[in-house]
Amino acid sequence: MRRVLFLLTLVLTLGIFLAACGSSDEGGDSEDSGGDTGSQEEGSGSEGESGGDFSVAMVTDTGGVDDKSFNQSAWEGLQAFGEAQGLEEGEGFDYAQSESDADYTTNLNRLVREEYDLIFGIGFLLQPDVEKVASQFPETNFALVDAVAEGDNVASITFKEHQGSFLAGVAAAHKTQSNHIGFVGGVDSELINKFESGFRAGAKTVNPDIQIDVQYAESFNSADQGKLIASNMYSQGADVIYHAAGGTGNGVFSEAKDRVRGGEEEVWVIGVDRDQHDEGQINDQNVALTSMVKRVDIAVQDVSTQAMEGEFPGGEVVEYGLEDDGVSLARTNEEALGDEIISAIEEWKQKIIDGEVEVPQTREGAEEYISSL
Amino acid sequence: MFSNRTFNIVVPLISVVLGLLAGALIMLAFGYNPVAGYAAMWNGAFGDAYFLGETVRQVTPYVLSGLAVAFAMRAGLLNIGVEGQVIVGWLAAVWVGTAFGMPPVVHVIVALLAAAVAGSLWGFVPGLLKAKLGVHEVIVTIMMNYIALYLSNSIIRSLMTDGSDRTDNVAETASLAAPWLREITFFSRIHYGFVVALLMAFTMWFVLNKTTRGFELRAVGSNPFASEYSGMKVGRNIIIAMVISGGFAGLAGAMEGLGTFQYASVSSGFTNIGFDGIAVALLGANTAIGVVLAAILFGTLKIGALNMPTEAGVPTELVDIVIALIILFVASGYIIRWAFLKFSKEGK
Amino acid sequence: MDYVIEMLNIRKEFPGIVANDDITLQVQKGEIHALLGENGAGKSTLMNVLFGLYKPEKGSIKVNGKEVNIEDPNVANELGIGMVHQHFMLVDTFTVTENIVLGSEPSKAGTVDIKAAEKEVQALSEKYGLNVDATAKIRDISVGMQQRVEILKTLYRGAEILILDEPTAVLTPQEIKELIQIMQDLVKEGKSIILITHKLKEIMQVCDKCTIIRKGKGIGTVDVNETNPTELASLMVGREVNFKTDKTPGSPTETALSIKDLRVKDSRGVEMVKGLNLDVRKGEILGIAGVDGNGQTELVEALTGLKKSSSGQVSLNNNSIYNLEPRKVTEAGVAHIPQDRHKHGLLLDFPIGENMVLQNYYMEPNSKNGILNFKKIYEKARSLIKEYDVRTPDEYTKARALSGGNQQKAIIAREVDRSPDLLIAAQPTRGLDVGAIEFIHSKLIEERDKQRAVLLVSFELDEIMNVSDRIAVMFDGQIIAEVKPEETDEQELGLLMAGRKSEKRGEA
Repeated sequence: MRRVLFLLTLVLTLGIFLAACGSSDEGGDSEDSGGDTGSQEEGSGSEGESGGDFSVAMVTDTGGVDDKSFNQSAWEGLQAFGEAQGLEEGEGFDYAQSESDADYTTNLNRLVREEYDLIFGIGFLLQPDVEKVASQFPETNFALVDAVAEGDNVASITFKEHQGSFLAGVAAAHKTQSNHIGFVGGVDSELINKFESGFRAGAKTVNPDIQIDVQYAESFNSADQGKLIASNMYSQGADVIYHAAGGTGNGVFSEAKDRVRGGEEEVWVIGVDRDQHDEGQINDQNVALTSMVKRVDIAVQDVSTQAMEGEFPGGEVVEYGLEDDGVSLARTNEEALGDEIISAIEEWKQKIIDGEVEVPQTREGAEEYISSL
Repeated sequence: MFSNRTFNIVVPLISVVLGLLAGALIMLAFGYNPVAGYAAMWNGAFGDAYFLGETVRQVTPYVLSGLAVAFAMRAGLLNIGVEGQVIVGWLAAVWVGTAFGMPPVVHVIVALLAAAVAGSLWGFVPGLLKAKLGVHEVIVTIMMNYIALYLSNSIIRSLMTDGSDRTDNVAETASLAAPWLREITFFSRIHYGFVVALLMAFTMWFVLNKTTRGFELRAVGSNPFASEYSGMKVGRNIIIAMVISGGFAGLAGAMEGLGTFQYASVSSGFTNIGFDGIAVALLGANTAIGVVLAAILFGTLKIGALNMPTEAGVPTELVDIVIALIILFVASGYIIRWAFLKFSKEGK
Repeated sequence: MDYVIEMLNIRKEFPGIVANDDITLQVQKGEIHALLGENGAGKSTLMNVLFGLYKPEKGSIKVNGKEVNIEDPNVANELGIGMVHQHFMLVDTFTVTENIVLGSEPSKAGTVDIKAAEKEVQALSEKYGLNVDATAKIRDISVGMQQRVEILKTLYRGAEILILDEPTAVLTPQEIKELIQIMQDLVKEGKSIILITHKLKEIMQVCDKCTIIRKGKGIGTVDVNETNPTELASLMVGREVNFKTDKTPGSPTETALSIKDLRVKDSRGVEMVKGLNLDVRKGEILGIAGVDGNGQTELVEALTGLKKSSSGQVSLNNNSIYNLEPRKVTEAGVAHIPQDRHKHGLLLDFPIGENMVLQNYYMEPNSKNGILNFKKIYEKARSLIKEYDVRTPDEYTKARALSGGNQQKAIIAREVDRSPDLLIAAQPTRGLDVGAIEFIHSKLIEERDKQRAVLLVSFELDEIMNVSDRIAVMFDGQIIAEVKPEETDEQELGLLMAGRKSEKRGEA
């Protein structure tokens, strides 16, 4: 009984707050949520011409906009776009943060209701949600980062991570002194398998006898797991570890730095998504050999601009690769890389762009590629 | 008697108001308008049919995971394993939903039963270990959570799909989706699961309060020694409590698998439905009706909070703090009551 | 007159009740002053007022002639008032010294100087003849020792006035004797003691003065030398009280319970019942006398199915009940009033009405097809509450809210109502006041007169002597003697309980 009362109280209290602000806030709100799918149709059609009315928003995955990884990168891209167009945050561009997998759809819907012209879903986890919501609101444009979604009003933005990872493999194979390197993946999934396959192919290309440890942490945000795995790999002789594990990768960095602190000289990490040079700094050394950079920010800006100009690539898969600098290998740590490795990277980069090398994207592909070497 | 009744009304009232006030103060302190903030929360939860539908959708699994925790608690067991039981229930429901073809109503019922059985099985193991060997259920259930998570990931990846991260959608016949409800709520993901949840809340109330089995379960929870003295089999009741609790949890998973998502996917972390269920059960004082109401509060806060950054500009972190404060105050209201009753009892 | 403590015209109210009404208590230096009253009369409330836990509505408190305002227990401590509660407040896993210094630890450079404290505690213990090992862990020492630790704790804090709340309720006869000695030593050293009790014998034995309260009102203070137990009892209860239980001799017939060579181990695997033989006949009360810890608990648990026996035979009316499950034992016709009514006897958080069907909730008419029939359950409870005079607001009140005596009455109502062939009563009057004890004894005799077998286990010699038709003395897991109450005395029983076999009736 008292629970009934207590809920009643909650509702009443909220009601009071509402009443207080009712006339100003509520009025405006209920209107735009109710029957506005109609007005929106006209909106997105005409807005291509007049840039000032164009609005764009994104839904993060559970990492949030400060994940030091692709959510952050995407948000930076959106901010840059907004600034360039003179838009205001909350009006012309905005983001909605997801606390759990169940929130994706709700957030996408909310942004649709707020009449954004283009809505980004950041991360492959949002694929089913973007697909579904896009089919329900055919007049709004959507873009999905890192995965392919069906729908005429959906642009899929993917990256040739396997290409960048291939170069990471080349760098690692040149750098290692023990002929033993490692790969730490986040969750064993199609996307992360692309990283793994490219990396292995690149390393084996340089040195077919190299030993490559591969392990998945089954999580993108457990640094402790990452540290543990890295510790095992280093102890067993690996000296370069490439991580594609988001927050889990922070543990790989911290293990490498601990080892440097303990007097070990040759331990290296290859970062992912952003240039993780800052993560690798310890005293005057840096364990970040390089990073496989994915320019989500460029992609987001790019697609936003296209949409604003009425050239939204709906129904298409926009792929960013080495040729358009959508993926690249960071060179911040020139000291560690050295001229030899840099020129090797350049060489293979050119071969990939020229189509001389077809970098595998799956494990099966990688096995095939390696056995053909 | 009278003062006690007034007390029952006043305490939750005060604690909710205090929680909202504390949240408002925090928002003020950081320079945000609390009125706008709470208005955004209200709109985000009940503002229109879509959000109402989403709120109901969010409340549904909370009711069931709350019931799971509450049921075990009434028998004196702290089932931290609801999370894992949710995961296996989810997986089992989706498996039945994708792998078999059955007539419409039958299919969804079989899928729900499969979820309940899977959850029960996950509850049975810690129950058995507790009853026979005295192993504390908290430790076992925590470990079972991890087994559930990684086992389910690996089954999805290698058995249910060919290395993919996500299963196919469940067949139409196994879906809990309620198209007409979705239509009137502008494509919210509301589904028939709330009927299941309410039915289960009634079931829990009936079993615990009306049956001899429920009497034994509550007796064992209240005083295992006196229960043994009066000829009840303590061990068997522990196992039964964990099995039923796991069944509720499994159904909570089915709500997600057959209702909200319609598929199961490889997950890098827990769903938190089970863990939130602990708070729901606590707020609901481990009673069926209490759990339903607490789940409504939780679901409302969760869904409403998503709207606060976009509509009122309150940053997500602050929203989390505000939500936590509200829950904290409501929960401590419960503690204050408990302390007061204890104090007044000793004062006699 | 120089009083160390004067509580004058104290009045303390709780919502709906006046717990203390115009009570005056004056304690002289160096005396043992009894505070006598039935359970719920207001003794504990009065002492909590003195100890600063409650604030009185009216009245004043003087310590050594000066009026004081005792706001909280810390003030009481400073004034030299120390309290030993009925339920000990000790940390099980700490040592004696650690418990004693808890809250006022002597420190040396920021760390607790436990060695110095140990010495001090040991010295105190010797001074008052407490014989406590300062380094022992609380969980390793007996209840009697723990009580002494509580006393030491108050002394360590400089108490001059000690309040002992029902100190003998948890002690064996031997320990009671030692406690009395300790109290006398303390008084000799100039301390004053307030003894809260409802046991008249103890008052007559050690106290100088006795203040009686009844239903919250002060009845007066008497000089113990000038009174007798009968007068004290009638002052306490407010009417004439029978001490010697009225009972006609029983007329036992054939054997009901037969135990042969029973062996039982306790939870640690130590054999506590070592080949015990015993018969109880229909129509008799067999009392088992003995000091706690000689296997009585294990015997009762084995008979009722709560503990598995390792070997032997037990039969009731020639049907074996050896190692049956508790429910089967119950269904075979055994009723059990458990030694610890809170642990085993009741579901304290359940309504008293539901507690009354604890043994037969699963049978018709209380339930049918697994569904409880609360209407029938509470109907039955109402009639039992009336018949057994259980004082409770109603049958929906939680068992926890009832007084000890009424809880016990409820248990007896439940157990006796099933018309058992054998009634096992373990410590049935522990912690109860005179009125309740009278009631319970008369019920046991009533059952006997219905030709049922009654097995009474008690550590109170008076109870054994007054109620039993036959006494079996249990020592070290065996029955070492059987005597008739009219043919023995406390002296002989005491020796038997200590393991010395009587020359006259010596047997294995």
